[in-house]
Amino acid sequence: MEPILEIKNISKKFKIDHEKNPYLSLREAISNFFVNFNTSHEDYWALRDVSFDVFPGETIGIIGKNGAGKSTLLKILSRITPPTKGKIIARGRIASLLEVGTGFHPELSGRENIFLNGSILGMKRKEIQNRFDEIVDFSGVEKFIDTPLKRYSSGMQLRLAFSVAAFLEPEILIIDEVLSVGDAEFQKKCMGKMEEVSVNEGRTVIFVSHNMGAVKKLCTKGILLKDGVLVEKGEMGEVAQKYLSAFEDPQNETDFNLSKFKNTLAYPTSIKVEDKNGNLLKTIPVGAQWQIRINFTIKEFTPHFLIGLGFKSMEDVQFRTIWTNAQDMAPGDYEVVLKENKVHYGVGKYKINLGFSSRLQNIYYAEDCFNIEFEDIGQDTIALRADAGLILNQMESLITKK
Amino acid sequence: MVKYEIKPQQKIGLGFGELVTYRELFFFFTWRDIKVKYKQTVLGFAWAILQPLLMMVIFTVFFGRALKINSENIPYPVYVFGGLIIWNIFSNGLTAAANSMVSNSNIIKKIYFPRLIIPISSVLVAFFDFIMAWFLLIVLLFYYHVQVNIPLFLLSTFVSVIFACLATFGPGCLLAALNVKYRDFRYVIPFLVQGLLFVTPVIYPYDMLQHNWAKFIIAFNPMTAPVELFHAALSNREPVYHLLYTSSISILVFLVGGVYYFRRTEAYFADLA
Repeated sequence: MEPILEIKNISKKFKIDHEKNPYLSLREAISNFFVNFNTSHEDYWALRDVSFDVFPGETIGIIGKNGAGKSTLLKILSRITPPTKGKIIARGRIASLLEVGTGFHPELSGRENIFLNGSILGMKRKEIQNRFDEIVDFSGVEKFIDTPLKRYSSGMQLRLAFSVAAFLEPEILIIDEVLSVGDAEFQKKCMGKMEEVSVNEGRTVIFVSHNMGAVKKLCTKGILLKDGVLVEKGEMGEVAQKYLSAFEDPQNETDFNLSKFKNTLAYPTSIKVEDKNGNLLKTIPVGAQWQIRINFTIKEFTPHFLIGLGFKSMEDVQFRTIWTNAQDMAPGDYEVVLKENKVHYGVGKYKINLGFSSRLQNIYYAEDCFNIEFEDIGQDTIALRADAGLILNQMESLITKK
Repeated sequence: MVKYEIKPQQKIGLGFGELVTYRELFFFFTWRDIKVKYKQTVLGFAWAILQPLLMMVIFTVFFGRALKINSENIPYPVYVFGGLIIWNIFSNGLTAAANSMVSNSNIIKKIYFPRLIIPISSVLVAFFDFIMAWFLLIVLLFYYHVQVNIPLFLLSTFVSVIFACLATFGPGCLLAALNVKYRDFRYVIPFLVQGLLFVTPVIYPYDMLQHNWAKFIIAFNPMTAPVELFHAALSNREPVYHLLYTSSISILVFLVGGVYYFRRTEAYFADLA
């Protein structure tokens, strides 16, 4: 069987300007022309020599950390930007959902936007007309279909957008991160639709997401990218395993810049988020043990000293406060490790307030001092359910028969 | 079965086949821009007529009455309105086309389609405004009892509109592509359009000019041909043929140059926009 997509030695180079406007001004172009041609440019290879084949009916998941080149690869596949080297042979129409709702116009009504968006995504007017009722039905916004889009809530806009996209019928469908938004119920509906498209209709799907659970569920084949290089391709299960083991590598750069706080009686000098063995973590896998290591300096004798941490959701709901035992402190440099092995948080980012106090009076306080992030690494725990909430832990329990 | 290759850009053509495949997008982009342009206005499409009408009033008061500019053998308001509605294809179309790549950057960054569709649609929107205003011109012709040769008038309307659209499209593509890279052009365009109005025989007849340099600019101004042709039909005279020739050459040069530059740079619009 002939592959539907042949990706051959694709490389993509970007030029990065250092501390300059992202776009050129004419004056700069002229002065650069006279002075020097490539002074402040730095070449950055977002993709290097990536090759793989996709066969009809396959669902391929592309995984990799942020900046691994996933989005660049999708942009090249959907012809938004050309590769610097290499070529791709495609044997079928490609439609991409790089971001649903592309081309939506706030002044136009829902009905008008369905036609506009569908057409931009490559549907014929006839096709849209034929499927119009299904699209509206799927979106669940039929009551507001003649209302301007700007009066829709963001959730409704998203639903409408996804509904149009769900009825596209290209041979190859590229999907990027669409499942990361919307309410839990609509996400379920979308997952169902995706499964229907890939499994029942035999469409070729290329899927990129940080949601490992979704990728593993939908895809049979996988591609793992790291720093623009393809490091693994094959069965999804194996590729996912490789990706997860990469997570256990020690991470760097989790030190926080705290120099601005150095004028108080006591102040932190470094904060680190670590796994249970003391290796730095950028993101904490849900379900694993983790700890926070704080180095701090005490300038003068401080009676009844304690450290408090307040955990907040990104919506600024403070949901937990923890603190250390109070003790009298002599001047000097100290370290404290706060270990967590019972309570887990749901997938996402959390902000942390840090405070030092003496006799319950604040002597140091930093609002949103640092963030921690919990990541789904594809382990089947209850914590991965989108509706499981912020705090997840087992209680001591005993089931007895009566 | 569709089969195609994605690779670094090599040869540059018009990509005509693709434009045909995506023909429905012309309609949708034009339709969107027209709808959005007059959304949430009380007067709606009437603005397409009111804009040239108000400009006509201003020019009639200052140039027609105060400066007593000769307008051949027809009333000055008709002369200037006829010129202005053709001119507006250029001024509205060029401004919209030049900004079109930047204002549609969110789409360009996400979806592939032939990029030429966007500036072409901008010109089509200006063409739509022309049609609306053209009907008002007919009313004015009746009101001022201007006699025109009807078949000749219809023919020259048709030809001047085609010329005006082509004269807009070439520089429009050029500026659209330049604007993606150098945002300076965003500020240059309004001056360019305003300045060009005075070196196009829109509000005064060509033979009023005495300076050779001005005649030279007018001769090589792409908008001279459509405006001159339309004025000639309105006042029932022969057009100045040498102006039509020189101006048409200029239209062609801008068209080829503009589309070539656009096609050569379009692959990188998504990276720069």
